[in-house]
Amino acid sequence: MTVTEVIFYFIAAATVLGAFGVVATGKVAYAALSLVFTLLAVAALYILLASEFLALVQVLLYAGGVAVLLLFALMLTRARELVPVLDGAQKPFAAVAGLSLMGVLISMVFLTTWPRRADEPTLINFNAIGDRLFRDFALPFEVASLVLLVALVGSIVLARTEEEEEE
Amino acid sequence: MIRLESFLVLSAILFSLGVYGVLARRHAVLILMSVELMLNAASINMVAFAAYTSPERFTGIIFAIFIITVAAAEVGLALAIVLRIFRNRTTANVDEVHQLKW
Repeated sequence: MTVTEVIFYFIAAATVLGAFGVVATGKVAYAALSLVFTLLAVAALYILLASEFLALVQVLLYAGGVAVLLLFALMLTRARELVPVLDGAQKPFAAVAGLSLMGVLISMVFLTTWPRRADEPTLINFNAIGDRLFRDFALPFEVASLVLLVALVGSIVLARTEEEEEE
Repeated sequence: MIRLESFLVLSAILFSLGVYGVLARRHAVLILMSVELMLNAASINMVAFAAYTSPERFTGIIFAIFIITVAAAEVGLALAIVLRIFRNRTTANVDEVHQLKW
């Protein structure tokens, strides 16, 4: 086993453990912290896949922005009961669905012969990503900015309080 | 050398955990967290394919950037809706919001 492989299995275990913490823990704050942990581990995976730009975006936007937003929402929507029940009665069925989906996906991964041209991920430079993003994906890029604008205005309109609406 | 399949299996596990979380959780914000897990699994898949099958085109990385953008917009909007529901119903549990249930 090479060093890279050891690092990969370490990060993969961290990712899965964190994800398990998100879906299995009994406290909402622990779930949020596990999510931050998982997102950082995924950023490390992106570095292993030789795309540092994506790792940077992941840390800044996901671990920085989205996770903080989720933590705020958790604190604003505190449950009334002292020991909140986080899982519904459908939990066993959810476990069956998740496990069977996992089985199908993993067997599909090994039954398919994937097209492959590189055995090692090759390093991707920032300039080439920007070039491709603004040349070939210019229209989706503009649409994405429109989506963000609409989401911004929409969240402000939705989250306003009643008193402001009466004015 | 890490094989492509290792990344695919990891993303499959992550996605299945996300599916389990969406189905089993009651709190709307926890469901959103599980959705984030699923989006991350899809991103890992895309980036792994981009790195192993077409390193010179890296379409997968562009797709991952768009996934992150859409996820940010989705979280912002969904949290506004959750806050609204919480203000009206004093609960964020999805099984207690059943006005539309017949």
